Amino acid sequence: MDTAPTTAQGQPEEPGFPGAGTGSATPERFTEMQASAEFGELRSAQRSFAFPLTLAFIAWYLLYVLLSNYAGGFMGTKLAGNVNVAFVLGLAQFVTTFLIAWWYSKHAAERLDPKAEALRGRLEAGE
Amino acid sequence: MSNATTAVHHLAAGASDHRTLIITLFSVFVAATLGITVWAGRQTKDATDFYAGGRSFTGFQNGLAISGDYMSAASFLGIAGAIALFGYDGFLYSIGFLVAWLVALLLVAEPLRNSGRFTMADVLAHRLAQRPVRTAAGTSTIIVSIFYLLAQMVGAGALVALLLGATGEGSRRWIIGLVGLVMVLYVTIGGMKGTTWVQIVKAVMLIAGTLFITILVLNKFNWNLSTLLGEAAQQSGKGKAFLEPGLQYGKDGTSKLNFISLGLALVLGTAGLPHILIRFYTVPTAKAARKSVNWAIGIIGAFYLMTIALGFGAAAVVGPKAITASNESGNTAAPLLAQELGGGAGSTGGAVLLAVISAVAFATILAVVAGLTLASSASFAHDLWANVIRKGRTSEKEEVLTAKCAAVVIGAISIVLGIFAHRLNAAALVALAFAVAASANLPTILYSLFWKRFTTQGALWSIYGGLVSSVTLVILSPVVSGNPKALFPGMSFDYFPLGNPGIVSIPLGFLLGWLGSLLSKQQPDAAQKYAELEVRALTGYGAH
Repeated sequence: MDTAPTTAQGQPEEPGFPGAGTGSATPERFTEMQASAEFGELRSAQRSFAFPLTLAFIAWYLLYVLLSNYAGGFMGTKLAGNVNVAFVLGLAQFVTTFLIAWWYSKHAAERLDPKAEALRGRLEAGE
Repeated sequence: MSNATTAVHHLAAGASDHRTLIITLFSVFVAATLGITVWAGRQTKDATDFYAGGRSFTGFQNGLAISGDYMSAASFLGIAGAIALFGYDGFLYSIGFLVAWLVALLLVAEPLRNSGRFTMADVLAHRLAQRPVRTAAGTSTIIVSIFYLLAQMVGAGALVALLLGATGEGSRRWIIGLVGLVMVLYVTIGGMKGTTWVQIVKAVMLIAGTLFITILVLNKFNWNLSTLLGEAAQQSGKGKAFLEPGLQYGKDGTSKLNFISLGLALVLGTAGLPHILIRFYTVPTAKAARKSVNWAIGIIGAFYLMTIALGFGAAAVVGPKAITASNESGNTAAPLLAQELGGGAGSTGGAVLLAVISAVAFATILAVVAGLTLASSASFAHDLWANVIRKGRTSEKEEVLTAKCAAVVIGAISIVLGIFAHRLNAAALVALAFAVAASANLPTILYSLFWKRFTTQGALWSIYGGLVSSVTLVILSPVVSGNPKALFPGMSFDYFPLGNPGIVSIPLGFLLGWLGSLLSKQQPDAAQKYAELEVRALTGYGAH
């Protein structure tokens, strides 16, 4: 398994291989940018928001799946007319999905976009 | 398709009188969309136009197109049918299909848009050995797309034959061939631009049609959800249980485990579906990609909410007996509901509504198969042909021509498979496509974007491991053999008890990616390449 990737990866890439993106920033420039404090802030602003939230909504969804499977009595409890707990929890999944999408977009517009634009501007100016 | 035959007789009374109307509506849709395709084709000049629609779509347009690409016949006809027959358990699909979009929004859409060009493999090729990862990602893209495509073709053949009232093997083959021909024309003539507009038109038709039926249903029950649910429960003959989870998946421990497996595949599959991923390249920036996912979540969410009215409405108004008499798996519940709301079989209103909803279903299938054909032929031309076989020494012109030839071949393959594999269960095929996407594609995408230590070996183990394990488990599942409803009812090699492999193959895909990486050495330039990918993915510097 080790040999095939090694030989292929060892070869120099053809210039401008598809997918590489454009721009004339040098490899050193990317490494330098990645190590910078500003980039660290952008990365942690993205990860510290998106990662816990992803784990949270997947856990919330799985909780709902498990309740549907193993807590039939609870899910069948009627709340208003024929509307039961299962229905309300199902609709709650819709509501949380809409809310998380809205919340993430707000966070991205306020915290991520300005930082990303500033760093991109620096890379472009360096060309 | 023994159930299709009975269904044809049942529907024939309503359909045959006004078959002309249905055929006219179908023809108008096909002619109009082909017109759009030719118009779009005239503006398609280079590879970026062909693969990514010139990256000229707005967030809202792409949001509509994503919705059109995502809501397949399984969503429109399948979920409505599942709710009408199994009550609350059918609604569980709607929730999984929607929540899944958050993975795409939070983790995948923006970095993918920033760092890729035409295909999913572009992102992996940034930091890993190009040829082996493009071969692996191209292979899994084509396999996932063909499974998905096959599901749509099987559904299209059965459904359209059913709705048109056409009987016999000959007409079914003829219709599968026609669907294949039209989808190949969309892709080869119109490229991504044409396909995107077909998906936008379809999304608008689907939402309008569903909204109209929803309003009619709610109006019938005085805008009272509780009344609608009560009537549905009563008509179902199952009473209170119809409104609770468990009718379909609550039988025993195995079916409950199968439900968890399905739930995992649904929620993690979406962000690994190649035909969805390439849609993020049709907008100019990562911000527009975010906006398009937000629109898609809104549109798809609204649609899945309306499946409540569609499904429970069909149970209450048509009744499960009439629905199963028409189609055992409930696939005709939505058209039957439309016919009933219009005044019933034999009435003009009923025939008109049936024809309109059938045209919507047809548009739905065509738009989805076009997106799948484009995704798989793009991956073949861009990943396998241009970068692996020709090693990057091709012109854009040759690459696009290759993609068009690939679309013709993929169209031909799916027509042949669709004709011969019509006994396969369409829903099982879609769930398999989601499971394969979640097992083979998602781990590698996430590791590539977020894990510094990821290596080429990790990617290959994860993609091939996820692919082989998920497909093998399906072959050994009750879907394929060991019971009367299976693909090979006469044989039994159903050693794996679950219908969906997700609960085993998804963790395996993630585990293999991790293990394969730790057990291999990183290349000397790996850190530098990851720096470039991470900086590009987060800042959008030099994005195509």
